[in-house]
Amino acid sequence: MHDLRRQKLSEQGFAFLVLLPAAVVIFGVILFPLGTTFVYSLQNMELISEEKGKFLGLLNYARVLGASWFWEALGRTLYFTVVSLAVETVLGLLIALLLNTRFAGVGFLRVLVIVPWATPGIVTASIWKWIYNPEYGVLNAVLTRLHVLAEYRAWLSDPFMAMNMVIVADVWKMTPFAVIFFLAALQFVSASVYEAATVDGAGVFGRFWHVTLPALAPTIAIVAVMRTMEKFKAFDVFYVMTRGGPANGTKVLVYEAYLKAFTNLQYSIASTLSYLIALLVLGLTIIYVRALKRGDAA
Amino acid sequence: MRRSPGFRALQYLFALLVFLFVVSPVAWMVITSISIHRDIISVPLKLIPRQATLQRFRDVFTNPRNEIAHAFLFAMRNSLIVSTLVTLVSLVIGSLASYAFARLRFAFRSTILYFILFTYMIPSVVVVMPLYLVLSRLGALNTRPTLVLLYLTMSLPFVIWVMQGYFGSLSKTYEESASLEGCNRLQVLWHIYFPMARPGIIATAILSFLIAWDEFFFALVFTSTLDAKTISVAIAEFSGKHYVDYEMIAAGGVIAALPPVLVAVIFQKYIVMGMTAGGIKE
Amino acid sequence: MTRKTLVIAIVLLAAAAGLFAAPVSINALFMKQAGYQEEDIIGGTRDFQAAFPDINVNLTFVPYEQLEEKIITSAQAGSYDVVLSDGPFTAKFAQAGIVKSVPALSAADAKDIFEGALSSTMYKGKSYGMPWLNDCKYLFYNKKILQAAGFANPPKTWEELAAQAKVIRDKKLVKYPIAWSWAQAECLTCDYTVLSAAFGGAMFDKDGNPTLTAAGNKKALDYMAASLKDGISNPNSLEFTENEVDSTFIKGDAAFALNWTFQFAEAQDASKSSIVGQAGIALIPGSGSVRSATVNGGQPLSISAGSKHATEAWQYILYMASRDFQKKYPKNALPIWKSLYDDAGVIAAAPDVVKIAKDQYSYLVNRPVVPFYSEFSTDLQVRIQECLQGKKTSDQALKEVQAKALELAARK
Repeated sequence: MHDLRRQKLSEQGFAFLVLLPAAVVIFGVILFPLGTTFVYSLQNMELISEEKGKFLGLLNYARVLGASWFWEALGRTLYFTVVSLAVETVLGLLIALLLNTRFAGVGFLRVLVIVPWATPGIVTASIWKWIYNPEYGVLNAVLTRLHVLAEYRAWLSDPFMAMNMVIVADVWKMTPFAVIFFLAALQFVSASVYEAATVDGAGVFGRFWHVTLPALAPTIAIVAVMRTMEKFKAFDVFYVMTRGGPANGTKVLVYEAYLKAFTNLQYSIASTLSYLIALLVLGLTIIYVRALKRGDAA
Repeated sequence: MRRSPGFRALQYLFALLVFLFVVSPVAWMVITSISIHRDIISVPLKLIPRQATLQRFRDVFTNPRNEIAHAFLFAMRNSLIVSTLVTLVSLVIGSLASYAFARLRFAFRSTILYFILFTYMIPSVVVVMPLYLVLSRLGALNTRPTLVLLYLTMSLPFVIWVMQGYFGSLSKTYEESASLEGCNRLQVLWHIYFPMARPGIIATAILSFLIAWDEFFFALVFTSTLDAKTISVAIAEFSGKHYVDYEMIAAGGVIAALPPVLVAVIFQKYIVMGMTAGGIKE
Repeated sequence: MTRKTLVIAIVLLAAAAGLFAAPVSINALFMKQAGYQEEDIIGGTRDFQAAFPDINVNLTFVPYEQLEEKIITSAQAGSYDVVLSDGPFTAKFAQAGIVKSVPALSAADAKDIFEGALSSTMYKGKSYGMPWLNDCKYLFYNKKILQAAGFANPPKTWEELAAQAKVIRDKKLVKYPIAWSWAQAECLTCDYTVLSAAFGGAMFDKDGNPTLTAAGNKKALDYMAASLKDGISNPNSLEFTENEVDSTFIKGDAAFALNWTFQFAEAQDASKSSIVGQAGIALIPGSGSVRSATVNGGQPLSISAGSKHATEAWQYILYMASRDFQKKYPKNALPIWKSLYDDAGVIAAAPDVVKIAKDQYSYLVNRPVVPFYSEFSTDLQVRIQECLQGKKTSDQALKEVQAKALELAARK
């Protein structure tokens, strides 16, 4: 009895010791700014205000939630997230399926597929901006050469179009992430299950629909939720390509927060917005965890 | 399994499309980096330029008089040092911590784990202002260790989350028998556990390196001189008040993309292994 | 104590005091790749340090886009003492306590600086910086295209410009004669500032009250929309910043363009330009009783609120803004001192530009000097773009900006 108790304590103690460095770094660095930002969100911290420092309680939250720009930005963020995620998932799945079969050059293709993901985000955004250039961009050049376009056009000058073009760039960079996840998961689906389905007379499509897809469902859920959280954080691509324009077409939540803090000097609004974003992310985290639990059971 | 020739053709077509989709932007970046300005802005555009120049690359590596280009090398050095340090420290601290989550029982285990995951999801914008103030009071602005510390807050949660999943999925038998034979916790950790988990550790190391190498916003705010400026910031600087030097950005992009691409490509096998375990298992 | 001992004692004390007077170190934040070259600033700083051995200056150069962030973060942290600011930031920074107020200039000095440049550093009667980099927009035109269209001289009014552009377009000399920088960015506000002033309008009155719905403002916006509809303005202008306007102009794809001084040098650069020798620079046209108007793109040197060495910082600023320094490097940035425009050395550096600049600078208009300028400018840009894209009428757009401006002004 005595030994067991000591054993348990030492396990707890060991755990504490082993976790300490990580805790110091993460909590030490992040917790304090998080706390300060929270305090800002409860005050008037607009630098140009004459009432700076005044305690406002939840007034800022009410103000942000009641502001049309917040919901518009949220809408854009959701559009960006849902569309780019849907494309990444479907494309990632298709590519993973392709890379899971055997054909000449598959090994080469597997290696190549990683390149977009390993290219730094700033580089990706800059290169795509250059590709979209309305006067000399290569996209224009290729499409006019192929007679798809009659003449050069602008890609980032219409709000909706600009958002979609940014999505293309982000999808290009991040699809390999999904590909790798799915590829790994596919390799777990046992060969025997496939054979059984073939013997039962299922064609390629039938096999996919009834065997592969259900087996991949938990992975799809996990990829979707994990990527969603990263999409909410996406900043670099908007900073380089469009700066939130045109006509606010690509002003997503995180970019709004950046502008409010650094350009408008509205620290309290920016802090409030950041917390709202964090709460959204928290909600998604809970979904992520539930999806994982379900995936585990499957 | 036999596949119809029609299906096969479709597969090859798709493979070709994927190849084009993946490679074209990169190819265009390379072409832009070696083109002369007049050619690259010509309409109609010649996809393969008549003239090629390696001057920009030469400037980066050998011409201290072209300050912007030469500064790029320093930025590269900073990025390499910072990313490597972040990776190493994340691995050490992260694997210890994830071992705890995967194998040990202690109070609030789940809560702490989810909280760590939560910190990974916070946008950097939230924490910048207070962080800047504190770091400046400590005189720690514009230094590489500061960047390492900041990046650790991003890479640690990711490392812990992925690795604790991976460790959790490893078999316990070796550990148990070693324990029975009288090895203490640390010995078990070092001699049994880590060698077994090596592929996962390598995978996480690569992912951590990529996270640090990719980062832009913190570097932008917290660095200002070549003492600590990273590649992301250096590339962003190729645009001035009234012009954007796309050719230089492309050249910088080619160089900046090489290390992470090389890292990812060489170790791609391990990436697959690491991702799987972290995501699927709990 | 003998007098000799006293003298020795005093001398020793003074020496000791001298030893203890350590040099003061100040940090200065400048911009790279525009205005004065880094070598110019480094050279000037070295001269300053020679003249003032007790002050040591550390220089940092960042791209223009990073200036604002660095200045803001420096305000509490004191990372920099001297910062290169921008005209539109003055009101915002002054109100928020990001930069310190500085001593007023002597009457003689104040008279020798262009009025628009000086007023861009003032807020509520106090001065918050020293004008340093001078810049404004000009009308650039392609002499060859104009001559081919039968015009010997550039237009003097906007109506005349539109007429000339139509002729150029009809003669198929250029597809879209006018290139503008109307991307959703500060450049759009700059262009609108020019046009609204040219048509006799103003965005805010002298007391800082918004007057967006004034007739002159509407005329300006209508002119912009019409030029797009009539096909005399390049439709890609909605995505262009000054950089793209420059590229378009020096390729010979535009007959008219509004741009900053740098475009003239670019047009003469044989390695980049296809129109060497064909670029003309003229006064921006006006309309009706207004002869001309241009927007102030100047950048002042300010002292960061977090600075602990304001006196030394101000000494450094005065030195760098002095006539001596600016006289030495006129090629990269035109001086702020009116008197220097008659200086032979300055004129020789850029004869075409200096001649026009002296005239153009007297029509300098500042972007609204209000503390909420950034938010206002963003809203203005969005509404103007919506109008130019045909989504709103000019009345609607201006009414909405007016409402927003009133809301911003009322905010405590």
